[in-house]
Amino acid sequence: MRPFHRRFGKYSASFEPAEASLIADLVDQVRQLLADRRAQAPVDPLAQLTGMTMGPDSKPADPAVARLLPDFHAQDAQLSSGLRVLHEPDLIAAKDAAAVTLLDSLPRGGGPVRLDDDAAAAWMAALNDVRLALGVRLEISEDDTPPPGVDVADSPQAAMYATYRWLSAVQDSLVSAMLDA
Amino acid sequence: MSAAPGEVMTAPAPEKTGSSATVLAPDTPWVTIVWNDPVNLMSYVTLMFQKLLGHPRSKAEALMLDVHHKGRATVSSGPREKMEADVAKLQAAGLWATMARDS
Repeated sequence: MRPFHRRFGKYSASFEPAEASLIADLVDQVRQLLADRRAQAPVDPLAQLTGMTMGPDSKPADPAVARLLPDFHAQDAQLSSGLRVLHEPDLIAAKDAAAVTLLDSLPRGGGPVRLDDDAAAAWMAALNDVRLALGVRLEISEDDTPPPGVDVADSPQAAMYATYRWLSAVQDSLVSAMLDA
Repeated sequence: MSAAPGEVMTAPAPEKTGSSATVLAPDTPWVTIVWNDPVNLMSYVTLMFQKLLGHPRSKAEALMLDVHHKGRATVSSGPREKMEADVAKLQAAGLWATMARDS
């Protein structure tokens, strides 16, 4: 990987073939989680007639999806439920659009990536969603502290944590390039 | 929040701001709160406060450090509909944001 840097107004990086397919695979997995969640939305004929999409009124059961789609209020469950019905479809659509933008601009066989401001914003959001989901699966709970089990060499946890940290570096290079812009 | 790993880590310089990093204004009954989480990068949270809430760099960094050290920070305030929109924008970017009636 050549990390992101800003050049002539664009954000450029380069990925090895294995790195590109890893990113694509993980972004696809997050899209699938969100698609499964979207399928849980109630079918309301009246809402459909008016063109409104309504979300489910309860929190996602999968903790990774719940992290991607948090409650709107920390204590008021009733308010959170109402706002979830209202906003969750748009939030899922925004996350999916960012994921699609990333996938469209990622050469599957590896190679250079060149992003304008909008595509760079989409990459940051989509990479972040992958990291959030991985963070839940890895049970990362403390800032900058390795989660349980990742010190066992060759374990799936160790591999997942290495991937997580690598994605953090990719995302941070893009964020730093944008902060300096 | 997390610092980025390895040699690409660029922790923001701890800026001396003096003032409390909240942006409460009078007569505005709702606030948007961002909570600390162990995954979001400090650099990313700063950038999102700039891009999504329009805060200048210094305020964005101060708010990010508040979230990091105090566990949460009030990042915007205003009418309920505006706070709903702010929470939605921040959640779309993956930040752990909620709204509350100001008290």
